[in-house]
Amino acid sequence: MANRIIVGLKPGVRDARGERVREELRLHLGIDLPRIRTIDVYTVDADLSDAELEAAAQGPFSDPVIQNFAINNPLACDFDLLIEVGFRPGVTDNVGRTAKEALQYLVGRKFAPGEAVYTSTQYLLNGEINSAMAERIARDFLGNELIQRWTIVSAAEFDRDRGVPTSVARVTSSAEPRVQNIDLQIDDDALMALSRDGMLALNLLEMKAIQAYAADEARIGRRTELGIGAQLTDCELEALAQTWSEHCKHKIFAAKIDYLDAEGNRQTIDSLFKTFIVGATAEIRRRQGENDICLSVFKDNAGVIRFTDDWSLVFKVETHNSPSALDPYGGALTGIVGVNRDPFGTGLGARLIFNTDVFCFASPFHKGDIPQRLLHPRRIFEGVVEGVEHGGNKSGIPTVNGSIVFDERFLGKPLVYCGTAALMPATISGKPGHEKSALVGDRIVMTGGRIGKDGIHGATFSSEELHEGSPATAVQIGDPITQRRMFDFLLIARDRGLYNAITDNGAGGLSSSVGEMAEDTGGFELHLDRAPLKYPGLQPWEILISEAQERMTLAVPPRHLEEFIALAEEMDVEATDLGEFTDSGFYHCLYEGKTVAYLEMEFIHEGVPQMVIPARWQPPSLDEPSIPQPQDLDSTLRHLLGRLNVCSKESVVRRYDHEVQAATVVKPLTGVNNDGPSDGPVIRPLYDSFAGVVTTHGICPRYSDIDTYAMMANAIDEALRNYVAVGGDINHVAGLDNFCWCDPVLSEKTPDGEYKAAQLVRANQALYDYCVAFGVPLISGKDSMKNDYQIGGTKISIPPTVLFSVIGKMQDVRMAVTMDVKRPGDLVYLLGRTSDELGGSEYYAMHKQLGTAVPEVDASTALARYRRLNLAYDEQLVASCHDLSDGGLGVALAESAFAGGFGMRIDLDKVPVEGMMRDDSLLFSESASRLLVTVHPRNRDRFEELFAADVTACIGQVEEQSELIIHGQQGGVIVKSALADLKEAWQATLREL
Amino acid sequence: MAKVVRSIVIAGNGTNCEREVAHACLLAGSDRADIVHIAELLKGRVRLDDYHFLNFAGGFLDGDDLGSAKAGANRLRHASVSGAPSLAEQVRQFIADGKLVMGVCNGFQLMVKMGLLPGLDGDFQQQNTTLTYNDRGRFEDRWTYLAVDEDSPCVFTRKLPNLYLPVRHGEGKFVAKDAATLERLEKEGLVALRYADETFKPSMQYPLNPNGSQGAIAGICDPSGRLFGLMPHPEAYVHRTHHPRWTRENSLPEEGMGLWLYQNAVNFVREEIL
Repeated sequence: MANRIIVGLKPGVRDARGERVREELRLHLGIDLPRIRTIDVYTVDADLSDAELEAAAQGPFSDPVIQNFAINNPLACDFDLLIEVGFRPGVTDNVGRTAKEALQYLVGRKFAPGEAVYTSTQYLLNGEINSAMAERIARDFLGNELIQRWTIVSAAEFDRDRGVPTSVARVTSSAEPRVQNIDLQIDDDALMALSRDGMLALNLLEMKAIQAYAADEARIGRRTELGIGAQLTDCELEALAQTWSEHCKHKIFAAKIDYLDAEGNRQTIDSLFKTFIVGATAEIRRRQGENDICLSVFKDNAGVIRFTDDWSLVFKVETHNSPSALDPYGGALTGIVGVNRDPFGTGLGARLIFNTDVFCFASPFHKGDIPQRLLHPRRIFEGVVEGVEHGGNKSGIPTVNGSIVFDERFLGKPLVYCGTAALMPATISGKPGHEKSALVGDRIVMTGGRIGKDGIHGATFSSEELHEGSPATAVQIGDPITQRRMFDFLLIARDRGLYNAITDNGAGGLSSSVGEMAEDTGGFELHLDRAPLKYPGLQPWEILISEAQERMTLAVPPRHLEEFIALAEEMDVEATDLGEFTDSGFYHCLYEGKTVAYLEMEFIHEGVPQMVIPARWQPPSLDEPSIPQPQDLDSTLRHLLGRLNVCSKESVVRRYDHEVQAATVVKPLTGVNNDGPSDGPVIRPLYDSFAGVVTTHGICPRYSDIDTYAMMANAIDEALRNYVAVGGDINHVAGLDNFCWCDPVLSEKTPDGEYKAAQLVRANQALYDYCVAFGVPLISGKDSMKNDYQIGGTKISIPPTVLFSVIGKMQDVRMAVTMDVKRPGDLVYLLGRTSDELGGSEYYAMHKQLGTAVPEVDASTALARYRRLNLAYDEQLVASCHDLSDGGLGVALAESAFAGGFGMRIDLDKVPVEGMMRDDSLLFSESASRLLVTVHPRNRDRFEELFAADVTACIGQVEEQSELIIHGQQGGVIVKSALADLKEAWQATLREL
Repeated sequence: MAKVVRSIVIAGNGTNCEREVAHACLLAGSDRADIVHIAELLKGRVRLDDYHFLNFAGGFLDGDDLGSAKAGANRLRHASVSGAPSLAEQVRQFIADGKLVMGVCNGFQLMVKMGLLPGLDGDFQQQNTTLTYNDRGRFEDRWTYLAVDEDSPCVFTRKLPNLYLPVRHGEGKFVAKDAATLERLEKEGLVALRYADETFKPSMQYPLNPNGSQGAIAGICDPSGRLFGLMPHPEAYVHRTHHPRWTRENSLPEEGMGLWLYQNAVNFVREEIL
């Protein structure tokens, strides 16, 4: 029987966790209780003696200095209400897993199958709480009903002898493995019903392609001989649905687009991906010739570029939006540990060196109703931040760069971008590290975690809008430790040359990973019954497509199999031989020796019909607003600094370990008090070299409401100007595009599909134009195309958003420059011209206006400027450099000044402008490609000589006194603010989150 | 034969800082700094005996799932080793041989929870202090000023000026089992490091004291001074460019302050052990 070991704090010990919960409950739900305490519960479902239980409670489960424990008796007392929250059966319980391992060490024997430890937490609440409030606290704050369950007990109901009744979260299933055959020779309506009800997310065209495949006479004959039957099996249909999902196949980016521009010109674009993304990179590589930095683009899990002679750089950015909408913590955690596997599984494997994260949320201070099935943005914020915190910190990977973008439409779907970079030996066992290939006869080996029902239909789920029937199984909880052990093991296996190819199990699970690797050999034979399961009762199709985390698939030559498996076992990692890579031409799965899937490789990989999408561009009719000239620009500036998109994110940044691996040379926070906003991090990943990695990003969804072409151009420029601001080499940089769109396919659900598709085309055109102009090859990317919410009459579509990330090199990290002003007397320069471009600006947004004059990017001028800046850094002419983005010059001046702790006196009359502009427009315009630079007077001549051909002006000086003083174009003082006031305005907004 | 200083850093199960700790050992002059996965030790292929300086590095052993380093301490206590004395026994012997042990962050948590620190009265098994949740209930990465107790027997901080190092933890609040224990630590000079303000006056104020540690304790040693644990990360400041303000403080020396602790350790091994 199961026993409960209850662990609580001794009297007088501060319950910091309880206090944190109390504080957050007040912030989240506005419920202010006098006291909340916490108690840990371990439900041990294993055959242990009383003495062993006692030893467990005393040893690994409790801390004798601060905790006491009870076994099968309650510890809870002096509360008004108790809420115990535990996981639902089958949900990953990391603490439970660790507890089980600890017990095994303690008692010196392994648990029997089915034996386990389950954990839950008791919250002891004091105060007046009625039952409705209790339910609300449990449902909307402490627990998430998709993955957790809870018991609510009042003090009066509480059984003082036995406590909360024991419940064991064991998965019970009496289901026998069964393979179903599916009749596809049915009418169109029935086909679509099958797709919808089975979460297949396939459209009619695709269903009919499968129908035709299944109806082929010769094929039926062969299948009958093989004993699988004429009709397709559930395994086959599911495998096709996952492989053909928007998530895996990027059907919208591969579609034929019938595009009509504003002038009425019609154009057919055969694949946005091939035309604009692959096309741009091919053109750039051709132009760069010998200086081409790309090593592996688009074909692997992540992109690879050159770094040093001995090492290559790997980078990938992913999104994990849909799962994060349902369970922010689990979704984000899975997002970060999931993207870790991409660079790790690139080429022959790479060591992870940093994470990046960018979130798009609605305001955490959102007031008003929350549509059904959505969570409050504050809860999303907290959960996502915590998920990325645990995923990154526990894995020992520094989180070095990120941002948070706010827009009310992200209420419908938050965007959670997670990126990971890695370092790969340029050659491994004499071969290029970025190349790999499975060979015929290699064993299919799965390693890492086990397979459960978690993550079934993740790929198809994220290929749809969030709707009422969105499955809870798509939500998972990542397990960084299982993954860390696996990575430790695989790096050793890699260096010993024990495998030929590696890839991760992400969307589509084994079906995708094995299916993709088998393209090297032209077939495979996979025995599903050999796969290790978390619990019994999975159907063969579930084993095939489960997206259970922390798994990699490898191609291991038979001669190394024994050594590979032995090494895994020694390092506490599971590795299982599941079959063989063949050249049969068939995707072949078996269960207990019986064939359950037998599809032609060519059909599964190439058979998906190309979509045709109409797109029609009509510029929105917008006006330039007339905003009254502010009387008090000091308060306007403070307001702007405190806005969500501008304000300090320090409370989030500090929760991420940004220094583990001891390589973060420019940290996310910088300046005299370590709290100014860095433009980007500089990493020195090799201890024996000063070569640096720089990564930055650009993201400007607000501009999409005017024109996605400008949005894309500005995102690219923003990433690059941040990149050069810290010292990145503009000739050694690559880009990654991550598109998050709302559904752009014209349909009943999406009547404005033609416009959204045209927005997509324009963003891609800009992507091509600017990457080519800047000479920045794209090496990897991802798209997430169904970021809509549709339940009942409510539809929320996110603004079209592209995260443009860059990664590149700097020769010597000691040349890096930070954004904080350094010393009084330094001269302040503004590089670049300011135009009346407030369309989509933060300043207009503050006035609830959009405007129309969106910033235009002049790539050739910008590129020349960025190259000159590189030269200025080589000569160490620059003391500080900060990019101008949200909030324009005004915000950049304030940030540089308060980060450095010195004031500035600035003369707006000196600022190079295009035409006539009001002072407020000049201060807050977001014209692209501008940088604020400070220079020591001794470097003045050389600096001005270097930038003589550019639009550059000395606009003021750094001063000893702690004030920002700005003279308007007419000469009068228009801003005179104490740095402390500006900084307080900038820091206050999110300080408590 | 030249005297060879051999350092070992144990890796695996969520240890994260093994590479930078080994690097710090090498920079400090250790002739060897081996990163050894715990599986190698459990298989008996590597023995602690062969080393002079044992490092428990930072990380999240087993995810800190049962409380920081709890499951890790349990493993070291109970795991058996094929064909060799158990790890617990090897550690005991290592200490008895007068060798050096340093635990940083999760490594400090591990040492405390195994009872290796503070090692009062020669007892290296009884846990009587702990490191628990920061008062603010959150993980934090920030740099801290650290006052060095110059009267401490601690080998690692011997003759060092005050320090500036980053902390990166969620469970760093030092708590002793009772007032008497805390008093003994103070009286015997075992509190080698305290969180402090910019003038290096010990502080209980957040964020100077980032976690609310009793007595502002950031690091303690055993009475011999050869076993030392600290929450701040010395291996994270071994070069000028690790300092958060190196781009503005031009007078920073090339070597970082954290390196000094490793140099003390290596010199001690060379002079007193070899």
